[in-house]
Amino acid sequence: MAVMSQYQPPVKDIAFLLEHVVGYPDIAALPGFEHADLDTVVGILEECGDFMAKVVAPTNRAGDEEGARWQPDGSVVTPTGFKEAYQQYVDAGWGSVPLPEEFGGGGFPRTIGLIIQEMMMSANMAFSLCPLLTQGAIEALLHYGNDELKQRYLPKMVTGEWAGTMNLTEPQAGSDVGALTTKAVPRGDGTYAISGQKIYITFGDHDLSEQIVHLVLARTPGAPEGTRGISCFIVPKFLVNQDGSLGDRNPVHTVSIEHKMGIHGSPTCVLSYEEATGYLIGEENKGMRIMFVMMNSARLSVGTQGLAVAELAYQQSLEYAKERRQGRAIGATEDSPIIDFPDVRRMLMTQKASIAALRALMLLNASYVDHSLHEPDEDARKRADEIVGLLTPICKSFGTDLGNELTSLALQIHGGMGYIEETGVAQHVRDVRIAAIYEGTNGIQAADLVGRKLGVRGGASVREFLATMREVDGQLADAGEQFASMRAELKTQLDALEQATMWIFQNGMSDPNAALAGSSPYLRMWGLCTGAWLLARAALAGQATGDPEVAETQLVLARFFAEQILPQCSGLLPAVTAGARDLFALDASQL
Amino acid sequence: MRIVVLVKQVPDTSDVRKLDLNTGLLDRDAGEPIVDEINERGLEAALRYKDDNKGTEVVVLSMGPENAIKSIRKALSMGADSGVHIVDDSLAGADALVTSLAISKALERTGYDLVVAGNESTDGNGGIVPAMISERLGIPLLGFLVNMEITEAQVSGERQGDDGTANVHAGLPAIVTVTERFDYARFPNFKGIMTAKRKPVDTVTLAELGVDAAEVSSLDRTEVISAVERPARTAGTKIDDDGTAAATLVEYLATNRLV
Ligand SMILES: Cc1cc2nc3c(=O)[nH]c(=O)nc-3n(C[C@H](O)[C@H](O)[C@H](O)COP(=O)(O)OP(=O)(O)OC[C@H]3O[C@@H](n4cnc5c(N)ncnc54)[C@H](O)[C@@H]3O)c2cc1C
Repeated sequence: MAVMSQYQPPVKDIAFLLEHVVGYPDIAALPGFEHADLDTVVGILEECGDFMAKVVAPTNRAGDEEGARWQPDGSVVTPTGFKEAYQQYVDAGWGSVPLPEEFGGGGFPRTIGLIIQEMMMSANMAFSLCPLLTQGAIEALLHYGNDELKQRYLPKMVTGEWAGTMNLTEPQAGSDVGALTTKAVPRGDGTYAISGQKIYITFGDHDLSEQIVHLVLARTPGAPEGTRGISCFIVPKFLVNQDGSLGDRNPVHTVSIEHKMGIHGSPTCVLSYEEATGYLIGEENKGMRIMFVMMNSARLSVGTQGLAVAELAYQQSLEYAKERRQGRAIGATEDSPIIDFPDVRRMLMTQKASIAALRALMLLNASYVDHSLHEPDEDARKRADEIVGLLTPICKSFGTDLGNELTSLALQIHGGMGYIEETGVAQHVRDVRIAAIYEGTNGIQAADLVGRKLGVRGGASVREFLATMREVDGQLADAGEQFASMRAELKTQLDALEQATMWIFQNGMSDPNAALAGSSPYLRMWGLCTGAWLLARAALAGQATGDPEVAETQLVLARFFAEQILPQCSGLLPAVTAGARDLFALDASQL
Repeated sequence: MRIVVLVKQVPDTSDVRKLDLNTGLLDRDAGEPIVDEINERGLEAALRYKDDNKGTEVVVLSMGPENAIKSIRKALSMGADSGVHIVDDSLAGADALVTSLAISKALERTGYDLVVAGNESTDGNGGIVPAMISERLGIPLLGFLVNMEITEAQVSGERQGDDGTANVHAGLPAIVTVTERFDYARFPNFKGIMTAKRKPVDTVTLAELGVDAAEVSSLDRTEVISAVERPARTAGTKIDDDGTAAATLVEYLATNRLV
């Protein structure tokens, strides 16, 4: 275990947020989580982090340099070290932690599952996609599969012995899933013959597991147009015999894999289904409902990818900033490490404070997922579910937008070295870039926020959440002079956010295009405000711990974010309220 | 078969290690406490035997402050069955004589067929405790093994020296020490961590081991007379090649006993 790794799992930061900011003790107190108290959880995260740093992280470079390879016989080979690391991952059982005990899981909260994902994604984002997609397929089966399918597939998927995929995209059906044409013809014996072509299928084929369980969206004959005619199927790579052993190869073939900008270790496959045997999940034409269940979960995970890769890049840039000497800082008598220059400090602090804000936001969302599933009181569950709905597009887009911006800052700190592949920091910029695109592009997230989430309960849901954020004001007022600037800034910016929200309420119905025109800047306003709000809460909690070092760190991060990053929020207000006029003022031919 | 693995909690070697200049003792707060890697290798060897031989019981035994329980739990999460933790304030700064006495008493109490120790600890580097235990318990010691085979009745292995390899074996009960040639330990898995919480750990004081304080204080104890900071690194030697560099280099290496 002497393998050194560059990635240091931030378990202390995470434990602080769990205990003091996102109310983990309340989750551990929910029925069914008696075994998941904070101490146990932190112990598990320490071991898991150690595993990710020592077993998974060392595969990250080879994954990028070698990439996954398509073989002429149609099989796909993963880069050196992936197979061994995956086997160890299965043996260690890390994927099973948040899954139900009934199918061999650990029965831990989703919040803890998300942290495990974060650390795995930092260690190797490309590698982490295999377990991530498996989790998506598991969730669909769990919620909508019949008992027979569950018994047959879930136990081995929960351990990770069998992997899973998600097959939505087709050449003409990307953001508009409803345009898909893959066919599912009933055979009369309860199974369906699936035919069609899927593209961009992550880990659509590989050598990490003996079996791959594809979750496929397709249309049955005569199904309604669009999303209302989509059904969801399980299509295993190998048919499963009655005794659970693997039987014949199902005709789903890997036609090719893509040559990509990043996540080279993750094979992105074109899959061709040629009357492959599929099993319906749930009912015909109800596929989109299943997708919606999984969407919140997958989108939160993808938002966390932005955070995870930013964390890794930050750690690397911090080390570099301490070592690289160049010129002299003001007052220095010998050459200075670049960390002594104010502009480099700005880049480091921007990364650190933004990462802290993102992590708090992701964990808050995850904690509401747990409340939405496990609160004994139905109203509490419903409210938590509303908040999950509201926070999910924000987490996905803001997390991955910042993922791009922060990894770019980490690269910038490296100067020319950053642009040289050998340094390894360019990989993070390339890897994280996809996260703003897949699992619903960030533009689609913004449309979801404005078009679906704002209108929940006639706007009352959002108003209540804004009011909750404002509650921190009183606590900041009581906390003393050090918190004054943060308090004032939060108030100003929440006012701006409220103003933007009002504008959309007033204009969205009559002029949807105007609301959609400002949807992305509007989503960012939310990201900035929720981030600053959570950091303010962290600063208050830091003060309350009585540990001077914790108090100082949390205070400075929150103040820096509030004073220097959050003010962007009101700067976006004009873009939110401008409407679509100038966006369409020039004809397409004039653009 | 009961295999007792001796486990020492040491400060993480990848952190900076500091000597407290007043006491001459290691500043244990300076680094994150972890299980000494050499002990993890010993534990791994014991666990592999257990994997293949049902009915094997692996006990981890650690002498150390309260928080050494963390290391015991870690070993339990990797697969050991139970733990023994010797905690006693009078053991702070214990030298090899005292340590070997306490551990021997605890071994007698726990019972053992095979005791597995590291050849030397990362922090103290004494390497003498296992030999003292062997002496106190009157059992054979196979030290500095590079591999090990355990059977019902005996333990054997190879010891490599400058002049060759010795194949050594001893009847059980015995004590062995393992070297870095042993494999890295497995990672604790999730289920292991969860079950470790329920595994028994026997926490004992010296009195409970039947060692009385007078006996401890009557032992000749190692005394630290003075401690000094490691001298700062000096600049290296630079040899300019004026045609004689090879000869100068050879001479340098020879006088410094580097070849
Ligand atoms: C590496 C990689 C891995 C992937 N993995 C998977 C996978 O495992 N399974 C799977 O099913 N798919 C996967 N995808 C597909 C991915 O989800 C889609 O690429 C994504 O949803 C966007 O669809 P598209 O590429 O067709 O882009 P388009 O939908 O053509 O979008 C192009 C642009 O138009 C914008 N746009 C489109 N429609 C709207 C709208 N209504 N309002 C506003 N803006 C709009 C988008 O935001 C985007 O900027 C993967 C893709 C990649 C590149």
